[in-house]
Amino acid sequence: MAILVGRDTKLVTVGFTGKQGTFHSLQSRDYGTNFVGGVTPGKGGTVHEGFPVFNTMKEAVEKTGANAAMIFVPPPFAADAILECIDANIPLIIAITEGIPIVDMIKVKGALKGSKSRLIGPNCPGIITPGECKIGIMPGHIHMPGKVGVISRSGTLTYEAVYQLTQREIGQSTCVGIGGDPVNGTNFIDMLELFEKDKDTEAVIMIGEIGGSAETDAARWIQKNMTKPVVSFIAGASAPAGKRMGHAGAIISGGDDTAEAKFRILEQCGISIARSPAELGETMEKILKAKNG
Amino acid sequence: MNVHEYQAKELMRQFGIKVLAGKVAKTVDEAVKVAGTLKTKVWVVKAQIHAGGRGKAGGVKLAKSLDEVKTHATDILGKTLVTHQTGPEGKKVLTLFIEEGCDIDHEYYAGLVLDRSTGKITFMASSEGGVEIEKVAEETPEKIIKVAIDPAVGFTPFVGRKLAYGIGMKDKEVIKKASAFFEGLYNLYVAKDCTIAEINPLVTTKDGDVIALDGKLNFDDNALFRHPEIEEMRDPTEESEKELEAAKYGLSYISLDGNIGCLVNGAGLAMGTMDIIKLHGGEPANFLDVGGGATKETVQKAFSIILSDEKVKAILVNIFGGIMKCDIIAEGVVGAAKELGVKVPLVVRLEGTNVALGKKILNESGLAIIAADDLADAAKKVVDAVQGKGA
Repeated sequence: MAILVGRDTKLVTVGFTGKQGTFHSLQSRDYGTNFVGGVTPGKGGTVHEGFPVFNTMKEAVEKTGANAAMIFVPPPFAADAILECIDANIPLIIAITEGIPIVDMIKVKGALKGSKSRLIGPNCPGIITPGECKIGIMPGHIHMPGKVGVISRSGTLTYEAVYQLTQREIGQSTCVGIGGDPVNGTNFIDMLELFEKDKDTEAVIMIGEIGGSAETDAARWIQKNMTKPVVSFIAGASAPAGKRMGHAGAIISGGDDTAEAKFRILEQCGISIARSPAELGETMEKILKAKNG
Repeated sequence: MNVHEYQAKELMRQFGIKVLAGKVAKTVDEAVKVAGTLKTKVWVVKAQIHAGGRGKAGGVKLAKSLDEVKTHATDILGKTLVTHQTGPEGKKVLTLFIEEGCDIDHEYYAGLVLDRSTGKITFMASSEGGVEIEKVAEETPEKIIKVAIDPAVGFTPFVGRKLAYGIGMKDKEVIKKASAFFEGLYNLYVAKDCTIAEINPLVTTKDGDVIALDGKLNFDDNALFRHPEIEEMRDPTEESEKELEAAKYGLSYISLDGNIGCLVNGAGLAMGTMDIIKLHGGEPANFLDVGGGATKETVQKAFSIILSDEKVKAILVNIFGGIMKCDIIAEGVVGAAKELGVKVPLVVRLEGTNVALGKKILNESGLAIIAADDLADAAKKVVDAVQGKGA
């Protein structure tokens, strides 16, 4: 196992019986994930696509021994679904849902403190340990097992980076999308810390974007704590200030949250940057060659 | 989503925050008429646009008679104000707010924002009101008092005291009123799902009142589903027609100054695509994220929005299918190209889920599509196309 998910992961999907929930749960199963069932209140006791459906997360955990939950619940109810997973002591919660109100996420963030759960997302593609476990909406076939960790605020840019790596026959240990919202469960530093400790990871790609200070905070953390090389790209160098660029969190509000400022601080902290998103794979390849000879 | 000052003040009043009496006017005659109904000897004529810095730009003026109200209203209405927040093109004033005056003792600042790194709402207040708070933060950060509010605890009386004493208020009654003011603002922020609530200036008056002289509220778009009353306040004249049209179809579109139209899936890749076009010497005409749930119809709609921009000299479609399937995009591209008659060069890069099927649909369409192998190749080809280098 690389980080967070692997062969021991037992997945349930909240919102399993919906169209997207069904499709991506089955895709995860087909990839090899140990998918054990779903939660849809009111449909407990039924069987959907050959898997048991439960009314509550508590029951799902008791009956299946699930240790990871994927959230496919519409935005108005998604925060409540996450809170239910926290209450059920699910160690890993992955929230795919886009569009959860910030005030709801502030409550979730408060509830996560001191709990037994870690939340990835929301508004993220999910997490994959290639060849072992896929939880989320990413196309599984572009991945390849290996030693580069990938962390990103964007889904499709993660695929782009992974694709470039795989084309160069550089595999990935684990790829995590932390999501494009301003308040999320897990930040770059949390993931970098896990990758630094993980014996299966030897380098990391970190993909950030405009808005907030998650990348600059991470840059300073990397400088102090990280021994493994990090390659980074920040999306939005061409974005105008004050406009929300698709992601709720991708907005320049002034100061150090522009792509230019983030690139500068990353460089100052000794991180290898790729100015173009098309150069992530190439930059990583050079670093690995220099490192491993 | 933004609202006007007069709308923000309506909401503040509902949360027990004291604001001055005022009325909205759309014409000069109306301005004079509503001014006459206010029991005051001094009026303030205020331009209602979604941007700060109105005072400096000449959009806020004091009148000492109804004649002066008329003069100022004539001057401001229809004028294009350029402030540090409007951009160089400025914003045309279509609405006025006529407010009674007050006897100011001191101007303060109060604001609530989200601290993204801690995931908490942070209350800020300063003794330096009526000036740009960004400047205060830069030059004299010690003059800004901050309190992070624990979501499990909410607003408690100490928060109000810490802020009021912290900004130098002394009178016991004023402290009490200010604390209640701060509590009202916090309650408004949470109850209405704000992302920014800013009072600049918050004033104390000579007779000991605590009043919001200005008010800026910004709302979380993701929470509008539970606030139809806020949605009703939307002023379409303040927003881009194309952006609103796109939003109806679940498309995220932002118009830019360049000539290369972009159609991409995913916000990050859409930004990355704009960035790489720029790195190759081109200029993107727009940001467009078709999202994960796009259909053939929404892709066609996206095309028509891009093509309605006359600046567009070439289009780059960049899709990395995950949740989005390449064949659906391809069908949309073909449908749109046939129906709308795309006359500009079209560069398409497809990768990911159902890529083979997507490429097959494009190849068999008979359309003059420039196929690109990867992201860099796509950027190069589209920039060459607008620069007339062919492909």
